[in-house]
Amino acid sequence: MAVTTRQKAGWGTANTVAILIVAIPILWLVSLSFKTPGAITDPSFWPAQWTWGNYSGILTSSTFVRPLLNSIGIGLIATLIAVVFASMAAYAVARLAFPGKRLLVAGALLISLFPQISLVTPLYNIERSLSLFNTWPGLIIPYIAFGLPMAVYILAAFFQQIPWQLEKAAKVDGATPWQAFTKVIAPLASPGMVTSAILVFMFCWNEFLFAISLTSTISARTAPAALAFFSGSSQFTTPTGPIAAAAVVITIPIIIFVSVFQRRIVSGLTSGAVKG
Amino acid sequence: MADMVLDQVTKRYPDGTLAVDKLSLNIADGEFVILVGPSGCGKSTTLNMLAGLEDITEGELRIGGKVVNDESPKDRDIAMVFQSYALYPHMTVRENMGFALKLAKTPKAVINEKVNNAAQSLGLTDLLDRKPANLSGGQQQRVAMGRAIVRNPAAFLMDEPLSNLDAKLRVQMRLEVSKLQKRLGATMVYVTHDQTEALTLGDRVAVLRGGVLQQAAAPQELYERPLNLFVAGFIGSPSMNFMSGTVDGGTLHTALGDMPVSGALRQELSKASREVIVGIRPENFQDPSLVSADARPHGITFHATIDVLESLGAEKYVYFNKDLGKTNYVTELEELARDAGRADSGATSETVVARLDPATRISEGDNTQLWADVRSLHVFDPATGRNLSVAAGTKASAAGHGAATPSAGQPTSGQTRSGTASQ
Repeated sequence: MAVTTRQKAGWGTANTVAILIVAIPILWLVSLSFKTPGAITDPSFWPAQWTWGNYSGILTSSTFVRPLLNSIGIGLIATLIAVVFASMAAYAVARLAFPGKRLLVAGALLISLFPQISLVTPLYNIERSLSLFNTWPGLIIPYIAFGLPMAVYILAAFFQQIPWQLEKAAKVDGATPWQAFTKVIAPLASPGMVTSAILVFMFCWNEFLFAISLTSTISARTAPAALAFFSGSSQFTTPTGPIAAAAVVITIPIIIFVSVFQRRIVSGLTSGAVKG
Repeated sequence: MADMVLDQVTKRYPDGTLAVDKLSLNIADGEFVILVGPSGCGKSTTLNMLAGLEDITEGELRIGGKVVNDESPKDRDIAMVFQSYALYPHMTVRENMGFALKLAKTPKAVINEKVNNAAQSLGLTDLLDRKPANLSGGQQQRVAMGRAIVRNPAAFLMDEPLSNLDAKLRVQMRLEVSKLQKRLGATMVYVTHDQTEALTLGDRVAVLRGGVLQQAAAPQELYERPLNLFVAGFIGSPSMNFMSGTVDGGTLHTALGDMPVSGALRQELSKASREVIVGIRPENFQDPSLVSADARPHGITFHATIDVLESLGAEKYVYFNKDLGKTNYVTELEELARDAGRADSGATSETVVARLDPATRISEGDNTQLWADVRSLHVFDPATGRNLSVAAGTKASAAGHGAATPSAGQPTSGQTRSGTASQ
């Protein structure tokens, strides 16, 4: 089917509009982060005078650096635990027939669709009585709970694609079930593991509701929550510049992740749709 | 190397399906045994039980004299070649072949040496650093073989290893498998659904149907003295022609004409019902003008209109129609027809195929005389499927083969079970 010039022009316009709608708020944020405090209310799109002041300000203040480290630490730990457990659970879902399998799969789906807001109050009370409130584990545990179902779904689709006979071959070659899993199945499922790890990490990284409800100081508060506690240089200035700069800093790891692993994420999300 | 003994081995799945029913088979050290049968006959299940990939429900499996029912595959010292080859896609050919040795914590130098030796014998030396995805089907197949050889296991198990190859390569690899087995002197159990492969490869062929062993014997024995209707129909290509017959004293009435029966067979027939199924192999027909005068009295001559003639150079196949009396055809025959794809091809079971000498002048459309050798007749009991002519010992000429097979006791156990088979 030949594409006419008119069609090309039509698609081009549609794409440009879509990209602009998505990109303008981000570019506006970047622009704000480079503006001087006095120029924040300036209606021009790009700053007349570029400054690194907002960045140097937030990166030297413990109110942002500490939460950034919290975010990285909590995100990595939750991701690691979620993916390890999810790969084991997904393997069972994909390979074994066991009583309650449907219940497990349905339960996982239910959890991933559960409205988080309804959990905030009970979690707050539970964590306070267990002294988990305002600690890393206090966030890591709920993050794992929400990250696991997603990872199980993605990984189960990957495991289902791996021929059953490979595992039989490994067993006949003298592998224990654990060796068959770690040396044959897991390496073949590594694209799925990377995909699910990225998605779980992004979930932890972006999460705001739990982060703001289950923490009270910067000892466990993550970066997105910390933004809400930024204060201006005086009582009467809004900290728009520093917030914009912090938002850009938080966005950078996601942009790097997505551009590096773009293909794997797409193939991970569509796996099972077509034979690989 | 070791022998393998299956003693009344049964496999029943949790849903109650009986996949293998009281299978007994002695596989001698260094013997090449083929498990053959239509799909769903339990041959792959049997192989998986030998490998330890499936549990044995009842019965006993001994490898090298040791009961291994509850041993995991890694403790059985057996190698397996899979239909899909099951090469590890993330490893090179070298890593694939050395994987088992690496798991067994063999020193690196020894692994390298063994892999190199095996690769050389299979012509894989140049491919050792490639990944399986970059190999052709034939090369992948050889790597799968190599992976098994490297280990020098007690026994080799092969699950339809050639069925993914194209026809030409399959014939070539068949020869290589045969040579390999002889060179290694390996105990080998080979599963196939292809009866040609079974007959050409095996020291002994075990025919399975519905999880029940029908007969285990040397290929020639199986061909000449099939114990029941199923084996007779399954072994041989083109397959045996079946027709209904009626016994009347010393005469057997069939669609082709009246055939004299004598001696032991006559006695055996008098015990059975009057209705029987008569089987004649295609090569037992001949153009009457080419039959020698001494042989002529041992057969009958009948008229037929030749429907189709296929000339293959060294032989000619002719097809003709006869009303063969389908009424007492039993389930075995239906199953065979289904397996051969004949049931839905529209071809009727009334078609008879005959293999004639290429010197014959018979051509398509002729209404001609044909000669059938009555000495090679197989007569089956329609109720049990049992081969009455073998039971009567009229095929005495072939009896010597039976005694020469590695396990002479085996055909008997097949025979006792042939009754169960037709139920």
